[in-house]
Amino acid sequence: MAASNTTTSNAVVTMDVFRYEPDASELPRMQRYTVPFREDWVVLDALNHIKDEIDGTLSFRWSCRMGVCGSCGMMVNGEPRLTCNSFLRDYYPNPIRVEPLSYFPVIRDLIINLDHFLDKLEEVKAWLIPAEDRELSEGEYRQSPAQLAQYKQFSMCINCMLCYAACPAYGHHSEFIGPAALALAQRYNMDSRDGASDERADVIFSEEGIWDCTFVGECARVCPKNVDPASAIQQAKVEATKDFFKSVLVPWGKRQQPAESR
Amino acid sequence: MARSKEPIWWSMFSAGGVIAAFLIPATLLITGFAPLAGYITAEQLHDLIDRSWLVKIYLFILIALPLFHWAHRFRFTVADLGLRGGAALQAILFYGAAIVGTICAAVILIRA
Repeated sequence: MAASNTTTSNAVVTMDVFRYEPDASELPRMQRYTVPFREDWVVLDALNHIKDEIDGTLSFRWSCRMGVCGSCGMMVNGEPRLTCNSFLRDYYPNPIRVEPLSYFPVIRDLIINLDHFLDKLEEVKAWLIPAEDRELSEGEYRQSPAQLAQYKQFSMCINCMLCYAACPAYGHHSEFIGPAALALAQRYNMDSRDGASDERADVIFSEEGIWDCTFVGECARVCPKNVDPASAIQQAKVEATKDFFKSVLVPWGKRQQPAESR
Repeated sequence: MARSKEPIWWSMFSAGGVIAAFLIPATLLITGFAPLAGYITAEQLHDLIDRSWLVKIYLFILIALPLFHWAHRFRFTVADLGLRGGAALQAILFYGAAIVGTICAAVILIRA
């Protein structure tokens, strides 16, 4: 074990944690815990310490502890963060306030209901729909490095929903498809193997699609994987505008396939 | 879901943004700083308007599109500041102001 792990100091961190136990009370409350301060502990370690050593009733989601699974997203001092990625030392000696992700319904304590987000992923068909069906014997769908570069950035999304908790447009209107689902839709629209951008267009080009976005840009700032959902939405706005003017100028023509890079 | 008509406004918003970013600084340099520095006189600038319709068309685009850029951006700024009520009225007010400004610019330039 690293020396820093066997800290001899008695330094502690104060954690103010959002509690909501619908079986006990209809009202949420904040509960204060005092946990040991360790140089190499992240907020998630502190929460696990509370659960293991202080209060077993505290509920929260987590899995990988290394910024890959996207399940430990919470508000840390009002900022959407992966708690496995937020070191105590960056807040110490100030108290740390931990709350569930903003704008989502809370099931219990720090656990949010993400059904709505999953519905949106389904609405925009955030998966690969091949342009042409191929037999296994015909081999793989080949793609050049340039074609890969078209969408690679957006494919880094881990569905942690921090961008939703940061988005004022989503906070105002929860029907808004939102940053991550739109970035993932754009990821498949830009994929040279995909042929379903027209199927996605009705949802993406609607009011609740890209047009609820006011380009605040917070989604890109809080993303732990450096995805830029704001730019995905801007790209889609350009495609939607081309599609609109094409439908006005050439009303008899077939509606455009949004991703012209294919 | 129906595809939105928002591209009408958004296209003018984005075109206006490009013009505001690239052409307005250049125009400021020519009409504001160049006369001060003595490279051109105010009378010569006026002559330019008389000389060619292209100058009038340039000025028209320079004025009209950034007005729509403002209207669209301001609509969202007001919304982001929390004034969500009467969205339709706001849209009529802001885009209406841009349309009035565009008509005024056209009338003034045609008479000039």
